[in-house]
Amino acid sequence: MTAEMIKNIIIGLTITLGVISPSLVIGKIAKSALEAIGRNPEAETGVRTTMILAIAFAEAIAIYVLVVTLILKFT
Amino acid sequence: MPHISLKAEKVFEIFGFPITNSYLTSLMVIFLFFIIGQYYSFQLTLPLKKRSGLFFMINYINNALFSFFSPILGENTFLIYPVVAGFFIYILFQNWLGLLPGVGSLLIKIHHHEETHFIPLLRGATADLNTTISLGLLSVLITQIYGIRLLGIKEYIKKFFNLKNPISFFTGFLEIVSEFSKIFSFGFRLFGNIFAGEVLLTVIAFLLPILASFPFLLLEIFVGFMQAVVFATLTAVFISLAVSKHH
Repeated sequence: MTAEMIKNIIIGLTITLGVISPSLVIGKIAKSALEAIGRNPEAETGVRTTMILAIAFAEAIAIYVLVVTLILKFT
Repeated sequence: MPHISLKAEKVFEIFGFPITNSYLTSLMVIFLFFIIGQYYSFQLTLPLKKRSGLFFMINYINNALFSFFSPILGENTFLIYPVVAGFFIYILFQNWLGLLPGVGSLLIKIHHHEETHFIPLLRGATADLNTTISLGLLSVLITQIYGIRLLGIKEYIKKFFNLKNPISFFTGFLEIVSEFSKIFSFGFRLFGNIFAGEVLLTVIAFLLPILASFPFLLLEIFVGFMQAVVFATLTAVFISLAVSKHH
């Protein structure tokens, strides 16, 4: 294996391993938000804002991984 | 496929101060922002019947933003709303200007170390880490300023240095660390989203030239809007946390 091949494999592994936990967490957040809306439909706007914020926090982890991957790939 | 550069390239320099392509785009957005602001305040001097449709559209957007932020900011809405809405509109313009045709695809030729390079003349300003980190720095600084202004420096500094008991001393230390990590969290979130979008659009355009990039363009418009919302909302939440009394 050449160094180039190893680098490509590492880049692929970085993003693959890195997005596992954020995706699970985003699913979990959406699930509990939907349950909350189902139980109490009047609170939808409040729940939605909080859900989007929480998703943005969880998504930030995936974005950090993406930034690392982009740095590995393009430098 | 064109060369994708992680950092903004220098187009020219004025007295040793490098002017990068993302800085040019940033200047354009500031100019646009200025024109819209002047137009709005000019229209405000006219009688109600003579005002244009654009005025009422800006007014409508402003009202919608105000009613979005007022539940978060509570009683300080009138004081803090201009900052937060300014962040929102500025970032929204930056994100969307990066998607216009011509931004990133107009190339210019520069000579560097006796080699000829082709670099884009314009580049989305939020696809440059310098812009996003400075926006994050500004947001965190404004949070501190409002905290000190509305609570008083004695009350505010208690959050970070509290010698009453060991637990609050330790959490104060954690608060200091979290203030610094907020800067990078703001910066990397915005940069990562927008830069990844630009890379995605470039790659898709070179995989399938016709029509394939259209849905991704729509996705990027949504992502740009969402990131502006997230940035402004997070700033609003952090400011309202900083100005609330703690124990």
